[in-house]
Amino acid sequence: MKFWIPSCLLLAAATAAALIVENEYFFFAGYTVLMFVVLATAWNILGGYAGYVNFGTPAFFGLGAYTAAVLFKAFALPLGLQILAAAAVSGLLGLVAGVLTLRLRGIFFAIATIALVVIMETLIINWRYAGGATGLQLLRPAPTLPFDSYIKMLFVLMGAMAIGAVALARWIEGSWVGRGLRAIRDSEEAAECSGVPTLRLKVFACVLSGALMGAAGAPMPMYLSFIEPASTFNLNYAIGALASPMIGGTGHFLGPVIGALLLSSIQQLVTVTISSELNVLIVGVLLVLFVVVAPEGIVGLVRKWMRRISR
Amino acid sequence: MDATHLKITAVSKHFGGFTALDGVSLEIARGERFGLIGPNGSGKTTLINCVSGSLRNDGGSIEFNGEDVSRLPAFQRTRRGIARSFQIPRPFASMSLLENLVVPLEFVVHRRSLHGADTRGEAMALLQDMGLAAKADTPTSSLSQVELRKMELARAMAARPQLLISDEAMAGLAGGEVDEVLEILFKLNATGITIIMIEHIMQAVMRFSQRVVCLDAGRIICEGTPESIVQNPDVQKAYLGA
Repeated sequence: MKFWIPSCLLLAAATAAALIVENEYFFFAGYTVLMFVVLATAWNILGGYAGYVNFGTPAFFGLGAYTAAVLFKAFALPLGLQILAAAAVSGLLGLVAGVLTLRLRGIFFAIATIALVVIMETLIINWRYAGGATGLQLLRPAPTLPFDSYIKMLFVLMGAMAIGAVALARWIEGSWVGRGLRAIRDSEEAAECSGVPTLRLKVFACVLSGALMGAAGAPMPMYLSFIEPASTFNLNYAIGALASPMIGGTGHFLGPVIGALLLSSIQQLVTVTISSELNVLIVGVLLVLFVVVAPEGIVGLVRKWMRRISR
Repeated sequence: MDATHLKITAVSKHFGGFTALDGVSLEIARGERFGLIGPNGSGKTTLINCVSGSLRNDGGSIEFNGEDVSRLPAFQRTRRGIARSFQIPRPFASMSLLENLVVPLEFVVHRRSLHGADTRGEAMALLQDMGLAAKADTPTSSLSQVELRKMELARAMAARPQLLISDEAMAGLAGGEVDEVLEILFKLNATGITIIMIEHIMQAVMRFSQRVVCLDAGRIICEGTPESIVQNPDVQKAYLGA
């Protein structure tokens, strides 16, 4: 209840704002921020809890987006089903990639995930039905009532997905699954000797993480009315999904949320007020700053202060 | 039931061109206190890594309770009753001492009946047995060496093993601390748990073991009671190089 009551209030407030506020831009920007909350939360399940650094976010995200786009083009599938299908397909990619690569440890796994992005992008570029390198133009259907604009509707939808993703991460963190993943991060050999089925658990985390990333990507084609490979499989998604938990704190489910809200909001602000080139630089600077000064992120800093006060 | 608890038959292990284990055969009875000694690099840890599943043996077989476990992953072997401690303590550093013990309780003992199981209570009882109850909520990063060694044993015990492999649980400890750990191992053995002790502290192995095997360069050079082992010229040669 401590989680669900505030979450429902937030979602209700977002819906109310979408119905009252006229200016569409806020929702356009807010959608991206919420999308990064989902991506960062998804990344943290494997990267934060289990300690397996994944640079493959764009592969899962992009596959989700393309699954949705292709299904819309072929069958005009409704958005809800597009998201479910995208989660399933990206989850499957997580399963295959996980079984193949999660036997590798540390840096080798990270390198394999970069290769995954290149493979996915190359496949899509060579798939004519999905628009190849030039991309696909898609016509948005009418928004569902009570919303008067599609963007506002997507904003509320992404808000609901963010709550769902965080709820899932929160459950994992508090359960035996989360304890097993943390044991893997601390010492994989000791975990295995304590009865933790390390490979199975890592693959499970990879599937879940991939499915959430795919779901986060699914509304993208509708959001832009357009999809093309270079921006969909952009490494900036990998950096954002990785930097947010690092800045917010990987040990707690609120870490990625705080990190994504902060980082993406700053990026949106900088893109509008200064330049769209500069926002990548800001991610880099913040990332370096936090890794050096506060390796446990904002959540870690707050905990340290609270311990000092209670003393 | 057959008295043979663990049967190691002609186990070999190579690392590239280096032969770490060369046809080692051993039988250990249920409830036995077994000592494994040998100079540095003789293959002791490699052998128990093969038994616990951290490594796969290249040749030979390892049977536990009559079942060939040599192709099973480590977590399956733990679930069948083989637990080990690590020579260099490997705590789950992000967890408290108590939580370290909850992991095997959740993943081995109560994995089919997690709902309603009092894993924390059971972990606490184990810590009490080890004399670590006061440190239950301490992060493992601030434990002392002897506490970490005891944590290793307690965590292995939390898996409710039939066979406990203690890999140099006493190395680097002071005399009184060695006695403490020895006493714990004797107590565990009294409850029916088979114990394999790997140790460099001769006094401890000799006091503890009913039977001792000495490895040198991946082969068993001698086997017998602690008294006969110390007298054995091969053992003296292996240790002293004389």
